[in-house]
Amino acid sequence: MAAKKIKVALAGKPNSGKSSLFNQLTGLNQKIGNFPGITVDKRTGLCHLSDQVQAEIIDLPGIYSLYPRTLDEKIVAEIFADQHGPHYPDCVVLVADATNLKNCMLLLTQLMDLRLPTVLALNMMDLAAQSGQSIDVQELSASLDVPVVMINARTGQGIQDLKKILAGPVKASSKPVFQIDEEIKPLVAQIRSRFRLTTDYEAYQYLQQTENLIFLSQADRDFITQLAKAEKFFPHKYQGAETVTRYGFIQDLLTKVTLKTSDPEWKKFSHRIDRVLTHKVWGYLIFLSVLFLIFQAIFAWAQIPMDFIDNSFAGLSNSLDRLFPEGPLFDLITQGIIPGIGGIVIFIPQIAILFACISILEESGYMARVVFLMDKIMRQFGLNGKSVVPLISGMACAIPAIMATRTIENWKDRLITIFVTPFMSCSARLPVFTILVALIIPEDKLFGFFNYQGLVLMGLYLLGFFAAIISAFILQFIIKTEERSYLIMEMPTYRKPKWANVGYTIVEKTKSFVFEAGKVILAISVVLWVLASYGPPEQMNQAEAVVLVQASKQTLTEAEIQDRVAAYKLEHSYAGIIGKGLEPMIAPLGYDWKIGIALVTSFAAREVFVSTIATIYSLGSTEDQTTIKTQLKSEINPQTGGPRYTTAVGLSLLVFYTFAMQCMSTLAVVKRETKGWKWPLIQLVYMTAVAYLSAFIIFQSLS
Amino acid sequence: MLNSQCKPIFALFKINLNKKLEPLKSVADMKPGESAVISGFLDETLSVKLLEMGFLPGTAVRFNFTAPLGDPVCVSVSGYDLSLRVQEASTIVILN
Repeated sequence: MAAKKIKVALAGKPNSGKSSLFNQLTGLNQKIGNFPGITVDKRTGLCHLSDQVQAEIIDLPGIYSLYPRTLDEKIVAEIFADQHGPHYPDCVVLVADATNLKNCMLLLTQLMDLRLPTVLALNMMDLAAQSGQSIDVQELSASLDVPVVMINARTGQGIQDLKKILAGPVKASSKPVFQIDEEIKPLVAQIRSRFRLTTDYEAYQYLQQTENLIFLSQADRDFITQLAKAEKFFPHKYQGAETVTRYGFIQDLLTKVTLKTSDPEWKKFSHRIDRVLTHKVWGYLIFLSVLFLIFQAIFAWAQIPMDFIDNSFAGLSNSLDRLFPEGPLFDLITQGIIPGIGGIVIFIPQIAILFACISILEESGYMARVVFLMDKIMRQFGLNGKSVVPLISGMACAIPAIMATRTIENWKDRLITIFVTPFMSCSARLPVFTILVALIIPEDKLFGFFNYQGLVLMGLYLLGFFAAIISAFILQFIIKTEERSYLIMEMPTYRKPKWANVGYTIVEKTKSFVFEAGKVILAISVVLWVLASYGPPEQMNQAEAVVLVQASKQTLTEAEIQDRVAAYKLEHSYAGIIGKGLEPMIAPLGYDWKIGIALVTSFAAREVFVSTIATIYSLGSTEDQTTIKTQLKSEINPQTGGPRYTTAVGLSLLVFYTFAMQCMSTLAVVKRETKGWKWPLIQLVYMTAVAYLSAFIIFQSLS
Repeated sequence: MLNSQCKPIFALFKINLNKKLEPLKSVADMKPGESAVISGFLDETLSVKLLEMGFLPGTAVRFNFTAPLGDPVCVSVSGYDLSLRVQEASTIVILN
């Protein structure tokens, strides 16, 4: 017999342990999807409640009340107000932090007035007990007419009780809390009858949040707005009054059910930690060390699994190449698709490590202190206290860094952080930088101490950093938003991170990267592979003949001939044609068509610049720096008769790679995080323009 | 002008506007360790949010400490710790 399936929503304020409960209920049966219009991930999962009942659990963004403070919170009011919507729950679990019931109850009383069947889950009972607090749970349940369960979402205690209650039908509370003001009752009655709503409070929500309820048609919204205008209804005034009334009710209730209040001393330990972690010297020193540790982890430690992945995929590609017969389809698999998938998988170690770090910071409560320390500095640049972690991570790789911006609640702050993070010099730029720096900068030392090459390299990192900061500063005036920037944030009590939650975060982030951004990365990398390996057939087929003719005049080894064939093929491929077509555009920057080809192919990832240059100069697939360097040094510019790679050209290229958005994976991730192509395209155009102009100025003023 | 803007909020919390004896004190004027009672708000939009977070007129607020650069500040209200910017704190009127 097919089990009955019900929809259960988890609601509650941030830090109440909603995610822990979600993980407890659903285990690994989680699915990440999208809510339309907002950027919060929709987390749903299946849970077996009893033999007859199965539940689809949906985790909602953390909120304090139905009135949203950020764009992403709007979804909650919308779900609860739309009875015919796809997510309208059969039952809500309100997860409350038992150590601080007062704030959690506000939302509960609103749900009661919406007559939504609700279960109150008192979480963190262990901490509440530690604090010396004691509540008469039966009295609480009776006074509210709402089932109450005590749980510990970290250990799983009470979860079975909760499931049992959810399996049996949950009734809506019969106790109304909030009485709508007499003055607006006629208004509410009109809306209620027009939309055939079950409760006055639902109609009242229509009136309060007309613009947020996007499931209403424009005509319906206009109807309500007109009505509100005619009756001179001011939402804010009434919202304030409503909150005061509700808290009045909550205070009375809590006085009645509290057997023993918590000992104010119990947070002493947390406060003592705060004294160190937010200290003007120690606070910043500790934060710097934490940042350094994170950076070290994704920059250096991740390299080991990344090399392993790189080699495995190269090996797989090679062995399949030998196994398969020749043919375009097999080439597509071994040279296009497998390396493309490898190019996605390669990011997993960095994503996993960064999110392990971030979720430890969040779980322990330290992240709130990071914001506390950094808010004043970052705000001046239009950024958020939480922007620091993505920006620093961006120095290793922009992909996990941009995914990490999820922790920034304010949409504008998050968008600016996403926008400027790719300016931070990532590890993929390093191979390009080192080869070009070694080429044009002498190995001398300034004052016999500072290595010039090192100074230039540091200069490039600083250049990227300042480009990020300045762009953020400008963007804060350009991006318009109705959302006001608040920082009214809870400072949670410090606690030990729960490792299972860290694990779930890693799995979730990796999955969403592989399956959402991965699609785009694979598609673009296959396209780039086709461009670089195929060209007009008449010329591509001649490659070997032409090279053999050339070779007959010189004595070349077999390997050298192969390298020349590869160079010839790349030159006459579609990428080569595009590179040549680009020449007039990039000539003012000092580049020729060979560099043009490298610009096209390195759109896959910046470090591809090096291997493309090696191929095009017939060096084969070497990545040996000295070989490439010697070859580039001896290149002659036919127009000037001097060397091709002058200081001006080299610096122009360095600056170009510092600023340009030469990374399709970043674009794919930005597309996923902003849920659309608008921002990645603006970012691509902006960064390329900055790169082009700076390279132009550098080259023209130096040559 | 300030008066006319704030009237509805003051009216809501029954603050007598005619008794303007001394300048209003706000949470931003408090010193670390000090406690006071919240009496009202100066910013209507923000007041709705502050109320929801537990800044209720008549309840006690304790000023814990400021961030090293003087902004934001950390306060305790309704049984938990919150951080808010000085600019936001300055909209919460107190009596002490």
